[in-house]
Amino acid sequence: MKQIDAEILKIEPVAKDIFRLTLKAPDIAEAAAPGQFVMIRPVSGFDPLLPRPFSLHDWSEKQGTIVILFRVVGKGTGILAQSRHGRKLQVVGPLGKGFDITSAESVCLVGGGIGIAPLLGLAKRLPEADAYNEIAVLLGGASGEELAPLAECLDIPGLAVRLATDDGTLGHHGVVTDLMENHMTRDRDWLVLSCGPMPMLKAVAHLCRKNGWPCQVSLESVMACGMGVCLGCAVKSPAGNGHEGYLHVCKDGPVFWESDVAW
Amino acid sequence: MVRGKPDLEIKIGGLVLKNPVLTASGTFGYGREFASLVDPADLGAVVVKGISLEPRSGNPPPRIVETPCGMLNAIGLENVGVEKFVSEKLPFLRENGVCVIVNILGDSVEEYGRLAEILDNAPGIHAIEVNISCPNVKQGGVAFGLDPEAARAVTAEVRKKCSLPVIIKLSPNVTDITSIARAAEDGGADGVSLINTLQGMAIDIQTRKPRLANVIGGLSGPAIRPVALRMVWQTAKAVSVPVLGVGGITTPEDALEFLIAGASAVQIGTGNFINPRATIQVIEGIEKYLIEHDMNSIHDLIGSLNG
Ligand SMILES: Cc1cc2nc3c(=O)[nH]c(=O)nc-3n(C[C@H](O)[C@H](O)[C@H](O)COP(=O)(O)OP(=O)(O)OC[C@H]3O[C@@H](n4cnc5c(N)ncnc54)[C@H](O)[C@@H]3O)c2cc1C
Ligand SMILES: Cc1cc2nc3c(=O)[nH]c(=O)nc-3n(C[C@H](O)[C@H](O)[C@H](O)COP(=O)(O)O)c2cc1C
Ligand code: FES
Repeated sequence: MKQIDAEILKIEPVAKDIFRLTLKAPDIAEAAAPGQFVMIRPVSGFDPLLPRPFSLHDWSEKQGTIVILFRVVGKGTGILAQSRHGRKLQVVGPLGKGFDITSAESVCLVGGGIGIAPLLGLAKRLPEADAYNEIAVLLGGASGEELAPLAECLDIPGLAVRLATDDGTLGHHGVVTDLMENHMTRDRDWLVLSCGPMPMLKAVAHLCRKNGWPCQVSLESVMACGMGVCLGCAVKSPAGNGHEGYLHVCKDGPVFWESDVAW
Repeated sequence: MVRGKPDLEIKIGGLVLKNPVLTASGTFGYGREFASLVDPADLGAVVVKGISLEPRSGNPPPRIVETPCGMLNAIGLENVGVEKFVSEKLPFLRENGVCVIVNILGDSVEEYGRLAEILDNAPGIHAIEVNISCPNVKQGGVAFGLDPEAARAVTAEVRKKCSLPVIIKLSPNVTDITSIARAAEDGGADGVSLINTLQGMAIDIQTRKPRLANVIGGLSGPAIRPVALRMVWQTAKAVSVPVLGVGGITTPEDALEFLIAGASAVQIGTGNFINPRATIQVIEGIEKYLIEHDMNSIHDLIGSLNG
């Protein structure tokens, strides 16, 4: 974990309210793993006060850069979106526990909305595709307008991306769990790796439980420190799994086995 | 003429701190979490997260919410309990030469005494800080820190049960903080630290629900700094033991204000979240200020407020 004043190399609009931010951060790029995050302080003053957590969308050890994909939802992200290249931002990372991709026969990446952010860095770093029977990428969103530019961010040669939208304007008319049911054949040992809004993750976890698919989810929570000291990012854990009631998103996660979360 | 570095050492009871910059309880974990960014041995001391006799799991989420230049927290004193603290958290601090101050909390005078006794026998602890902002369960649930008599009783009990320096951490949610500070001094405190968080609240106007599951939380950060500074100034005049200033300190300039107002040392809390290297930058900034102002010792600065 490092704290650096990272220079903005590039900030590009990807779609309405969605931006891709490239930062010079060699020490973080070098240590990064899929699913980990960084804490970025949008201002050097006190309003907003706290740094904001963002998943690592991608990074390059060779170029010494990290990339964040973010949606403008409030003050901090609004300020980030208006930053220009050359400005320096306080960045701490890489933080947290990422995806565990050690053992699987086939993997299914499931993303929703801006939750697709960590899936790029993950997809690029899965062991060689022929180590798996299949790598499936299933994405969901509200509309084609929202989802199309996000899906483009995941455009990796050799990866087939399947889409579902709530309003049917792109891909399957329905939710991402429909795609899972249609696509994930029973004859394979699947590992599901998922990131998105809480209701989606809940539905994904539920479906995986029903089908016996092991599943990891990347959770969000309000954070103050991002490094396991404020204990503000608690999520309930089921009784009797040894976590004394709560897990902490920043240090026990943000990626958890679905079975460790009390849905 | 080449001058030596200014002397930053301060004393609390029999304890000598190499510099006057400490971490505030609950904002630096057990010291290890920050170790790749800050060497905890470089700090005056690390005040660890509040410890109780039994582990506590804390409040349901949401536990924190940001407010203008501050944050509210209702963590609910989640902690690993004294046994696990001593066996799992303390060895790292001891082996790395960290000056460790253990913050304790309890439901009754006896519980505080029991904690002091256990910690007195654990090697590697340099002082105890007593969080008296907790409800006195046996006495109707009013916090010890709101009643001079209860504050004196807790202090005296902890004093009796251990040989370590005892610091009493004061609650600002009182009419006259100096009366509580004097009660702590009467009870045998070697120092007082202030302030703990100010009680506050925030509401989501869309859902009309409180933003914290616990409804009420403790306000910290730059927003509370002027209140903390005022209370530190008043308290430093009212007691003869060292005062540790806490509340909204994030920069060297903030810390200097507290020292000038009469604090012998400062603690950095929420500042660690905003800038994890705040403590180190504050130490460097204080040193630089002393050099620039031709002061050989931090003691030339402490309480030097001009009328
Ligand atoms: C581990 C982790 C990884 C994340 N990765 C990304 C990412 O890759 N891309 C991205 O766009 N966002 C990501 N987020 C969410 C991001 O941190 C928040 O959107 C951001 O903090 C909002 O800051 P703000 O100042 O703009 O909003 P604020 O002004 O603070 O709040 C505006 C609104 O957003 C909500 N909000 C605030 N913080 C969060 C949060 N942590 N999660 C969900 N809602 C929140 C508030 O309740 C409020 O309604 C991640 C969060 C976590 C915990
Ligand atoms: C997340 C959080 C947890 C805290 N936990 C404790 C605690 O366990 N014991 C205690 O005495 N004070 C605790 N405090 C209070 C701080 O130590 C400090 O007194 C207060 O936050 C004011 O200082 P600051 O503005 O620098 O944060 C906590 C504060 C925060 C923000
Ligand atoms: S954000 Fe502070 S403990 Fe997780």
